[in-house]
Amino acid sequence: MTTYYTKDHEWIRVDGDTGTVGITSYAAGQLGDVVYVELPETGAKFARGDDFAVVESVKAASDVYAPVSGSVLEVNSALSDAPEKVNDAAQGDAWFVRVKLADAGELSGLMDEAAYTAFCEGL
Amino acid sequence: MADTNTETPRRTALHPLHVEYGAKLVPFAGYEMPVQFPDGVKEEHLWTRAEAGLFDVSHMGPSFLTLASGMRRDAAAHEEIAALVETLVPSDIKGLKPGQARLTVLLNAEGGILDDLIITRPYEEDRQGELYIVVNGAMKDQDWGIFESALASKAVLTRADDGVLFALQGPMAEKVLSAYFPECAALKFMECRRLELNGETFVVSRCGYTGEDGFEVWGRAAAGTELAGLLLDDPCVRPIGLGARDSLRLEAGLCLYGHDLAPDISPVEADLAWVIQKRRREAGDFPGAARILRELKDGPARKRVGIRPLERAPAREGTEIFIGGEAVGVVTSGGFGPSIDAPVTMGYVATAHAAPGTRIDLMVRGKARPAEIASLPFVPARYKR
Repeated sequence: MTTYYTKDHEWIRVDGDTGTVGITSYAAGQLGDVVYVELPETGAKFARGDDFAVVESVKAASDVYAPVSGSVLEVNSALSDAPEKVNDAAQGDAWFVRVKLADAGELSGLMDEAAYTAFCEGL
Repeated sequence: MADTNTETPRRTALHPLHVEYGAKLVPFAGYEMPVQFPDGVKEEHLWTRAEAGLFDVSHMGPSFLTLASGMRRDAAAHEEIAALVETLVPSDIKGLKPGQARLTVLLNAEGGILDDLIITRPYEEDRQGELYIVVNGAMKDQDWGIFESALASKAVLTRADDGVLFALQGPMAEKVLSAYFPECAALKFMECRRLELNGETFVVSRCGYTGEDGFEVWGRAAAGTELAGLLLDDPCVRPIGLGARDSLRLEAGLCLYGHDLAPDISPVEADLAWVIQKRRREAGDFPGAARILRELKDGPARKRVGIRPLERAPAREGTEIFIGGEAVGVVTSGGFGPSIDAPVTMGYVATAHAAPGTRIDLMVRGKARPAEIASLPFVPARYKR
């Protein structure tokens, strides 16, 4: 399994033609205390770059963008009752959705972990 | 919250303390201000309600308005300066007791709110004919311009925003501050004194913007910075950013100018009719009196209300309010209240739908979310009356 990252601070961990998507620990740290996560319905389809979820901190609401095109296989419903998990485990238990990839070729446009780490250090 | 002013932001005298305490700084009202510290908004909010939080509000507009003929020792001097200011605001300024502070609003000719501000009559016998006026940071140039042009040649406005203004808020505020100003413990809510510390004068008011007991303290830049630093050394006190300031004031049901108050909104619509005391209502001698007196008699068309979303999704400013598919209002402030662990919202609705308990829908990202009109504040005020 390989994890890829976007410049908008989403991650996708790919296993075959499915991927698990969330926001990075860096993004969670920037947002501050997460108080609400709005997730799509299972079966929803989106294109790369579409806003597919919303994460709200005490201060503000932020859109979360799809790292690749695909359809939603499963959403992490645990986040509705415990949105604060995003602050504790953004890149683990607090994943947002599992998706079926529409085009694995899109992954080549994303960053690997080393590139993303360097990208964040430059911010 | 961040404004769009692209000019180089000013820094307050407390900027080195913000940096020392690890603030995340953002542009706000023309200043570079801490939006949060490493504790984070939620923790800062809860700390303020449990202990004491120190807020740098030096970006606001503290000022002193003095009779052009100078301060005097007689009560008539207060009457004179109060009469001048009463041409601009609907509150009873003449009736202020020595050392008493009052919330009021600057009005335009249509009775709309140009800003909300606190006006204080000095307690000190030798300072009659002066008023201590604190206006909002984002509105200070407008407000001071209004005072200066309306009262030219009769009064002199001295801007005091080159000093330090900080708020110490929370249940431990009195204990912490009285180590430096023993006299502050005797003050009640909305009372003010000039107090000395090591030969420096501070203006200490028992008021704030959190719903908690606490104080606002103005001093000269060097002395104010030194005192703020000493207060932050107390283990009860932590620095608090703008993020928690906003969630605290929203839970406390307090208005934010430019959001909950605006030039087209009257004090009656804003549920601030209490700032217009009896003598002023009877005289009807303030800007926009025709509209305001009519709204007092017949009720306003719309009213500011508290709103409790019944689900977890916060409803932000601009969210439309519906009842049965009919648009009845709009959210003017919305976020999350850490103390009640639920979303909190304020907005304006048609008066017919303003009763607490009324069921409404909030259109959040195209979806109707159930909510209820709620009494304000969301957390009980803990002012020392």
